[in-house]
Parts: sequence; structure tokens; C-alpha cells
Amino acid sequence: MNKIKLILKGIIKENPTFVLVLGMCPTLGTTTSAMNGMGMGLATTFVLMLSNMVISSMARMIPEKVRIPAYVVVIAVFVTVVQLVMQAYVPALYETLGLFIPLIVVNCIVLGRAEAYASKNSVFDSFLDGLGIGLGFTLSLTVLGAVRELLGSGSFFGHKIIAGDGMLIFILAPGAFIVLGYLMVLFNKFKSKKA
Amino acid sequence: MEYVIIIISAVFVNNIVLTQFLGICPFLGVSNKVSTAMGMGAAVVFVMTLATLMTYLAQQYLLVPLHIEFMQTVTFILVIAALVQMVEIILKKISPALYQALGIFLPLITTNCAVLGVAILVVTKEFTFGGTPAMLNLPQAVVYTASMAVGFAVALIIFAGMREQMDLQGVPKPFRGVPIALITAGILAMAFMGFSGIV
Repeated sequence: MNKIKLILKGIIKENPTFVLVLGMCPTLGTTTSAMNGMGMGLATTFVLMLSNMVISSMARMIPEKVRIPAYVVVIAVFVTVVQLVMQAYVPALYETLGLFIPLIVVNCIVLGRAEAYASKNSVFDSFLDGLGIGLGFTLSLTVLGAVRELLGSGSFFGHKIIAGDGMLIFILAPGAFIVLGYLMVLFNKFKSKKA
Repeated sequence: MEYVIIIISAVFVNNIVLTQFLGICPFLGVSNKVSTAMGMGAAVVFVMTLATLMTYLAQQYLLVPLHIEFMQTVTFILVIAALVQMVEIILKKISPALYQALGIFLPLITTNCAVLGVAILVVTKEFTFGGTPAMLNLPQAVVYTASMAVGFAVALIIFAGMREQMDLQGVPKPFRGVPIALITAGILAMAFMGFSGIV
């Protein structure tokens, strides 16, 4: 039961995008469509799970003073793995996400979880924490991507559902800021009603 | 002429924050006051230019000759982290005044994705500043990076000015904090879109 709670926590109560406001660059930069958002989210989830596991198993061996560089190296290794795998099997998605794949290294969510959770908890718990936070991140990116895609080009996961060209501004840079801003307003509104 | 095009393109047309979405965290995090925004802007210009110089050399003389380009991400982040640490130590020793002004921003810069992002961008992307698409050479890369960093500082300072004004307004409760900041940034990004097509 507790294990399920550990995963759910990352999706709602500690949602990295809407509550913690971390990892904004890929959130805004890659969500031109629902598919791209999901791809980015899943790549980050993969890195989060594995780096959390490895860091929690090594945390006791790493001297206090060099822990941040050590964590960064572990994360960078998994990011390189993701980079090479994506390049080989989903080259089209790799092209669209482009720069943001190597930039998972400096995504504050990954280093944040390593420092705040994985360094103090067991390997399995850290894995679940990574999974939960990763899924929360994926979910918010997919929602943001879906809204932008729907408004911007009138389609949903690539299927055209509204005729016409849509409002291009939502696919372009300003749309990212504005849609995320309003989604956060909605999230806050619901949260304050619940409380 | 070529350098003028590079500078205008990097500062305004392809503004790093508002069109490329790099460095959003400090853009939202340290934009409450114009004075801190200026400090952060200056620190980023300094570190980013140095970092790209180092990573460019690492790419050209280490990774390419050894055919280990896939180690790019790991190498670059280590170079940047080491550089930031070194800058901090050197500044503390030779210029305590500058350290006082920039010091608190330095640790934040390691995790600023703009630094790593631009470092990767200048060694992997082809640019069309000289007519035909080509990789940047070293002086071009340095000028381009410095301009990108100035673009970051410009966006950050404008945005901080807007947020200072906004503090005096009665913003509805669910909008307070990050949401209204994001919506304002969206409108600012729209204004910057007016520059597209200049070069």
C-alpha cells in the first residue's frame, strides 16, 4: 500500500511541473505536440529511475564533498545511454527533441530527487520514487502538449479532429508560456477548492 | 558585418530564453528584483563565454581526434562544473568585490541548462551567418555565445522590471506567483517574435 502511495505522490501531491515548478526548460521547449511531450517525459522517467537506483546504492560510498559531481556523472552516463538508444530506434523523435535530450543532465528534477530522496532511502524505494516523479512529469508534459497541439493545429496525438489550421501561436514559443500559465491557474483553483 | 549579424541574431531574433527555452529556471527564479537580475545576468555572461571556449576546445582537440564524440554530454558537464568551481575560487582570491556581487549566483549556474545548451549547440549545429551553412569557428563561437548570454541578461532584466511593477497590482489569487509570471513571459515572447525575419 505504501509503495503505491510512493508512486502516486509524484503524480499529484509533488507533481514536478505544477507543484514543485522544476524542469521548466524541457516542459516548455518540447511540448509542441502531445507525442513529443510524452517522449520527453518517458526519456526523463527512464533516467530518473536508473539514476535514483544507482545513486541510492552508492550513496554511502561517495564522500560528502564530491557528491554533487559524482551524482552528475552518474546521471550523465544514463543520459548518454538514452541518447544513443533513441538515436538508433526513434531517430525522428530524437531529431525533434534535439538539444533537450542531452539537457536532461541539468534537469533540476533528476538531481533534486538524487539529493533529496535517493541518497537517503533504499534502492527499491528510490526506484519507485523515480518512477512516480517521472510519471508525474510525463503526465504534465503530455497534457501541456495535448492542449497546445489541440489549440495550435486542431489535432490530438497527430489525429486531426478540428478542421482548419488552428492558432499557430500556441505551437510557437509564446503559446508554451501562456498555456502552462493557465494550466497552473486551473491546478491551483482545483487544489484550493479541495482544501 | 558577419559579427553584427551574429550578435543581432543571438541577442534578439533567437533569444535564448524566449524563443529557445533555455535557462527558464533562473529566468523565473531570480527575476523578482532588477538588481539581482543584473547580478545574475553578469555572472551568466562571464561563465557562459568561458564555458563555451573550454568546451569548444575540448570538442576540437579531445573528443574529435579520439573519436569519442558520444562522451560529449559527460565531458561538457564536467568541464562546466569544474570551471564554475574554479571561477569561484579565483574570484574569491583576486577580486573579493566581484565575488561579493556574483558569488551567490555561481553555484546556480552549474545547473543552468543555458550554459550546457549553448555549449552543445555551437559544436553540433550548422549556422548560416556567412551565406552558406557551416560550423562556427572559434572566434565566431565565442562571439555567438557572448551574445546569447547578453540576450539572456536582456530578457531577464526586462522581465524583472515587469515583475516589480506587477507586485503593486492586485493579481487574482490562483494567478499569483508563477502562473502570472508565465503568462507575462508569454506576452514578452510574443513581443520578441517581432524581431524574427530581421536577419
